[in-house]
Amino acid sequence: MTTSQTASESVSVAIVGSGGAGALTAGSILLAACGKSGLYGNMNRSVGPQIRGGEAAALLRICSHPVDCMSESYDLLIAIDWNNADRFAAEMPLKPDGLVICDPESGEVPDAIAKTGVSIVEVNMKDLAKEVAGGRENMIALGLAAGVMGLPIESLMAIVSAKLSDKGEHIVEAGRNCIEAGIAQVSSHARSLEIKPPEKQGDGRWLITGNEAAGLGAVRGGVRFAAAYPITPATEILEWLSPALSKTGGALVQAEDELSSINMIIGASYGGRASVTATSGPGLALMIESIGLAAASEVPIVVVDVMRGGPSTGIPTKSEQSDLNIAVYGCHGDAPHIVVAPLSVADCLFSTQWAVHLAEAMQSPAIVLSDQSLGQAHVLIDQPANVAFLAQRKIFAGGQVETYNRYALTADGVSPMAIPGTPGGQYTADGLTHSQKGTPSSKKSDHQDQLDKRRDKIANFDYGNHWADVEGDSDMVIVTWGSMTGAAREAIRKLSAEGVSVKLVALRLIAPFMKDNFLKALEGTRRILVLEQTHSGQFHQYLRAQCDLPAEVRHFHRPGPHLIGPEEICTQIRDWISA
Amino acid sequence: MNAPQTKPFKAGDYRSDLTPVWCPGCGDFHVLMSVTRALAELGTAPQDVAVISGIGCSSRIPAYTNCYGFHGVHGRSLALATGLKVARSDLTVMVMSGDGDGFSIGGNHFLHACRRNVDLTYIVMDNRVYGMTKGQPSPTTEPDWDSALSPGGTGLSPFHPLVIALASGANFVAREFSGDIKNSTRTIIEAIKHPGFSFVEILSPCVTFRPDEKEWKNTVHKASVDETDDPARAARRIMTDDGMNVGILYRGNRKPYKAHVSDRIDDMAALESEFAIPPASKT
Repeated sequence: MTTSQTASESVSVAIVGSGGAGALTAGSILLAACGKSGLYGNMNRSVGPQIRGGEAAALLRICSHPVDCMSESYDLLIAIDWNNADRFAAEMPLKPDGLVICDPESGEVPDAIAKTGVSIVEVNMKDLAKEVAGGRENMIALGLAAGVMGLPIESLMAIVSAKLSDKGEHIVEAGRNCIEAGIAQVSSHARSLEIKPPEKQGDGRWLITGNEAAGLGAVRGGVRFAAAYPITPATEILEWLSPALSKTGGALVQAEDELSSINMIIGASYGGRASVTATSGPGLALMIESIGLAAASEVPIVVVDVMRGGPSTGIPTKSEQSDLNIAVYGCHGDAPHIVVAPLSVADCLFSTQWAVHLAEAMQSPAIVLSDQSLGQAHVLIDQPANVAFLAQRKIFAGGQVETYNRYALTADGVSPMAIPGTPGGQYTADGLTHSQKGTPSSKKSDHQDQLDKRRDKIANFDYGNHWADVEGDSDMVIVTWGSMTGAAREAIRKLSAEGVSVKLVALRLIAPFMKDNFLKALEGTRRILVLEQTHSGQFHQYLRAQCDLPAEVRHFHRPGPHLIGPEEICTQIRDWISA
Repeated sequence: MNAPQTKPFKAGDYRSDLTPVWCPGCGDFHVLMSVTRALAELGTAPQDVAVISGIGCSSRIPAYTNCYGFHGVHGRSLALATGLKVARSDLTVMVMSGDGDGFSIGGNHFLHACRRNVDLTYIVMDNRVYGMTKGQPSPTTEPDWDSALSPGGTGLSPFHPLVIALASGANFVAREFSGDIKNSTRTIIEAIKHPGFSFVEILSPCVTFRPDEKEWKNTVHKASVDETDDPARAARRIMTDDGMNVGILYRGNRKPYKAHVSDRIDDMAALESEFAIPPASKT
């Protein structure tokens, strides 16, 4: 990630069509083919509010370097048809020198696009598809995109074969022929959006979503039980985990509601299995009481919250970071627990695996704050390294003991946990305030001791250098967290190209707050821009509550559904410098 | 095979030394006795039994046993027990609840535990009142029972736990009276032994807030028909039930819940291969 960002290193493509036209399939194949050519990139799907049908758009960004945020504007728009495409116009503004390819048989170019003065090229995609036996216009569109971008045809054909082979050889053949027909059209239009060759060759490239990465992180971390209630935009985690757990000796149970799924994982973890559930804001709200139970009874669990627009049902398919407060402060009583936030799609793997490790090591609930922009993005990444965390759950081995004290006061606050089946370890886990033995108690000393113990085990743990990504050196710092890190990084690259250096402090560990590390990272800072995707500035308020920010502070925050992009961040910094 | 065997455990081996918080005369003392006797009779070692509960007088029971226990939040004991049993099928998992915990705040989990049919034994100590909060009507309370919270009664029809258990797919349905320790013990043994989800409602008087329930020892009576594996017959019996007949009602043949298991892979790389894009040079 050392190359500076310029336009020629990144091409943004939108493929739109009505539901069923195959825009998303074309986008998926295009992205995978780019990965096969050694390029990086991402794809977000935008679909209308209809469950089925309606309009669909594949929004791609292809780069010669790893990329962690979406495009703010597009170089190429391919419209298989224009049905309701105007609904997407705000999401995919075209660059002034952008190119539109559309089918003259499929309706008029919408005014909003025609008025911008971009180049418009008409290709009869439907007619071209009809000339191919079994041909479809989305494969023509794919060929057009590949042609304009100068992608190697072998990469495309390999992916088409792999993706369509289960539909039969004739479908693969039709796909190949359509792509060739699409590419052939391009040579006659002399417009090219070629991408620079990749920084490094394509060995070991992965195509993964943040939700899949979170699921994989859980399994890598040792999770062998999950309980699930479907919710947008977290369901893909559960759908990935279900077969993955079956194959690794574990199990996933579909619960009747989130009240049930959280308690199922507490039960499984009490039984000795590392356990996870995944949800979004409304589900997290239902789980909160039992997250407090896990904190009080010291049962390790991991809850992945893929945040969406809130409050209430909000905007289920769009991203926001506004579950920060409930994740940190939701529990009644004093219930310290762990909150981590992945900083990129690839980091969904690491952060979730780390959360499992932290939960198990400290016998505590851990909440992972992912969001829709990470969870549902399809991204080309380098094959992730294997990370092994050594600490495991501290277990009571059984045998001859006078009295087993499940909640014994220890130096680090973590007490050996007896797993059912272990002779001599019988105890009752309890949400009631309890003695060291675990028996219910309303004594002042027991209450104080156990509150202290649970606070200290989390406060004194060694989190290493994973608490944040700290990059660059400047007296101007962007402080952010979670998914906003990708846009912040890209803004910093852009500003660097303009000769403006900005440091990045991106928090992965939200709770407990690493005050000493944070203030050390800010030493010598004159100006801090706090950046987040919330309406009320929850993160900014959280920072203010945790420490005295040691510099002049501005905060930039706004709600979804549109993601804060790099250019907006650059504007904030440029304005501040010139003020 | 037929030689008399010494039982490895006595009922007392399943009791902790903790003194229950229950009022003198509470039916739950008898339920505790029946459960420990049943476990001793079955001979399952205390460390291989988990007793899971929610909130309420009856839900205090795990800590009074010498088994593994979990006293969780209000209404969610069945969910917690489901996770435990699916993850640890080797354990005997008992769920102990009351009429408020099990049928009001936990009502939805009751329906789905019945239909999921995980191999659990669910014992609900029904005293038709919220005792721990000092006397409010529960889902099984009579409509005209007067209380400070619902003066003159709720006017609502009581919930019929056995009907709902049967209709929702429970694999074993029974009712007992706490004071009849002999039959309660026998039924609990059968419930534990029966595969799938077993539901036992135990009428357990609250002598403090429902002193009228002291009469139950005189009003309960043996069910006039024998147990059946025919749900239609069981349904007929329940629909004419006065709420006070005791015994095993239904013993079904549904297969217990089993988690889906695929061919085992032990290599993470095999699991992760779906994400890999082979480099262009290799094709």
